[in-house]
Amino acid sequence: MKIDLSAAKKLVKKYRAKKGVLIPLLQDVQASYGYVPAEVITLIAKEFGIYPVDVYGILTFYAQFYLTPQGKHIIKVCQGTACHVMGGKELLDYVADKLGAAEGKPTKDGLFSLERVACLGCCGMAPAIVVDQDFYGRCTIQTIKGILDKYRPSAKRS
Amino acid sequence: MKKIKILICMGTSGLSAGAEALAKNLEMELKRHKLAEKYQIVRTGDRGLFRDILVDIAAPGGDRVTYEYVKPEDAARITERHLLRGEPVKELLAGEDYKRFFAGQMRVVLANCGEIDPENIEDYIACGGYKALALALAMAPEKVAEEVKSSGLRGRGGAGFLTGLKWEFCRAAEGDVKYVICNGDEGDPGAFMDRSILEGDPQAVIEGMIIAGYAIGACEGYVYCRAEYPLAIKRLEKAIAQARKKGFLGKSVFKSGFPFDIKIKQGAGAFVCGEETALIASIEGRRGMPVPRPPFPAQQGLWGKPTIINNVETFANVGHILTKGAKWFSAIGPEGSKGTKVFALAGKVKNTGLVEVPMGTTLRALIFGPGGGMLHKNIGFKGVQIGGPSGGCLPESLLDTPIDYESITRTGAIMGSGGMVVMDKLTCMVDMARFFLDFTVSESCGKCVPCRVGLKRMLEALEEICGGEGRPSHLEFLREMAPAIKDTALCGLGNTAPNSVLTTLRYFPEEYKEHIEEKVCRASVCLPLVKFEVMENKCIKCGRCLSVCPAGAVVWQKKEYAGIDKGKCIKCKACINICPVMAIK
Repeated sequence: MKIDLSAAKKLVKKYRAKKGVLIPLLQDVQASYGYVPAEVITLIAKEFGIYPVDVYGILTFYAQFYLTPQGKHIIKVCQGTACHVMGGKELLDYVADKLGAAEGKPTKDGLFSLERVACLGCCGMAPAIVVDQDFYGRCTIQTIKGILDKYRPSAKRS
Repeated sequence: MKKIKILICMGTSGLSAGAEALAKNLEMELKRHKLAEKYQIVRTGDRGLFRDILVDIAAPGGDRVTYEYVKPEDAARITERHLLRGEPVKELLAGEDYKRFFAGQMRVVLANCGEIDPENIEDYIACGGYKALALALAMAPEKVAEEVKSSGLRGRGGAGFLTGLKWEFCRAAEGDVKYVICNGDEGDPGAFMDRSILEGDPQAVIEGMIIAGYAIGACEGYVYCRAEYPLAIKRLEKAIAQARKKGFLGKSVFKSGFPFDIKIKQGAGAFVCGEETALIASIEGRRGMPVPRPPFPAQQGLWGKPTIINNVETFANVGHILTKGAKWFSAIGPEGSKGTKVFALAGKVKNTGLVEVPMGTTLRALIFGPGGGMLHKNIGFKGVQIGGPSGGCLPESLLDTPIDYESITRTGAIMGSGGMVVMDKLTCMVDMARFFLDFTVSESCGKCVPCRVGLKRMLEALEEICGGEGRPSHLEFLREMAPAIKDTALCGLGNTAPNSVLTTLRYFPEEYKEHIEEKVCRASVCLPLVKFEVMENKCIKCGRCLSVCPAGAVVWQKKEYAGIDKGKCIKCKACINICPVMAIK
């Protein structure tokens, strides 16, 4: 698949003359493409006069960045201390099993990506998950199915 | 006539329970019943207690009624019964636990959270906001730093360095350009006070930063905020824009000639960026890897210029110190630990949320006072984890320890940012040590060997112990490695990472012993050691395990002992976690 670089070029132009911009630039690239495509890394390296490895170094250091396309909805299951004590690990295992998803790889239908997150800062409503930008607290293995169903296309029709 | 306020808690927790839908429903009801003249809906941040949606109806005179566990569809009954007929909706009234949670607190930093609209600067000003800045600008900058120093305020982010002293160092450092950084990279799992402050009272943080800028002679500030906190970032952006419009930020703050402005930098998901030198590297657009100190950021920080870095809660304290006085502040708390501290109470405790108490309060008073005691009354207290991955697990015998920097350090834990996770007998302490090491290993930046390799080896030993492959030599190994890493790692992450292992070894040695010698996990947490069998001498035949099993593996009939079909069991532990008498091993 060929990547349309016009959006990335616009972003590079927006940031080029400023200092300390590599991370916000990559964040914007990801917001636009859903991940950071290899072609964009090459482009940024060239435009900024740095090596591609410098860009990769940043991308792989920070948990937020994806180097491959993700599912339509990103499920983050919190693995913070409070969530761990309240059953977050079991929740993660269950969701992985239910979706047949491996961490970091989208499901076959491309609908979901599953991730663990170190802490969502919602410890008072542990165990917590977040789907895209929606937070759900006090999740149980029983309630999780209903939550995921909300994001399936069939749910939107009803 | 002043309107009666309807306060709706709309932080991350309130919104997740549908607070926006409730607000919209209430707005419709007010319109329908022509009540908009009399009532005003205020969208506030979270008050600190997790109760789905909290709604307060507050009359100008001070009378107020609090409703808890409110759902969006309750708008109609609140309107009809409370707003129209003046009868409180009894079934939604906040109960004893709610009162108890707030009764034992002293709210200074959190005073505005849940009370004002964080997206409206006028609300903040009406509560006395920006008075402190006006006072500061009338003082000489060095006097401001001195006032903060004499208050005894210590950094609330973890290390507990004297804030005013840091400011003085930075003020004295040579350089025409200096920076103020607010560390909002609240990465400690188990801590969420900074998120709530940013969501509930962002102007207080901004005001604190401007005062700091004036004190040290900086014109530029950065807030480094976690990307995991989208709402905090959104509210902060709005707050900064409003402060600029008012002339509190910009070329001449309060027309005093002192220029100061603030930018937001979004983190990208790296725990180590909470370490100040790593945070600076991240703002500069590089990998967030710590560098040795000295030079300290106060001498050589962002872009090589003198920089102070304080955490969100620290900045939120500054305004109070200037308006109420350093003497007032230093009268709170014991020697060396002044003021109040916000704790994030979570885990197996009845009331989870943010609790602000004077320093020196005991752990017991906190957990069994505002915390309301244990979540499941039959399953007793085992320990409390404080200070996040850098902290430690403390047993029941230390519950009377007063919470101040020195007393907590003596136990082997640290104050940290104030995360406090309560654990009951269903928590395995060996697993907790493994959990924290797993976290620090994956968050280690990889720069120094003790942290990169040493922690990994420790984790492997703990994984073997939890996996039923433990050997006595593992314990010797852990005892040897932990202090070596503490002494030699480059930054705070590595220096403190072994604390969770050291404290569990010190206070819960019997659990390590059982895992290794008897291959038993008394809390039924370590899966390879769990048999998924019902102990008939403990089973009370209640059938709760059947109701939660998602795999249909539990066999139970009325008045019979439960049983588990191991062929169907998926080992999710739903039954173990619901059993009120710990009858499944």
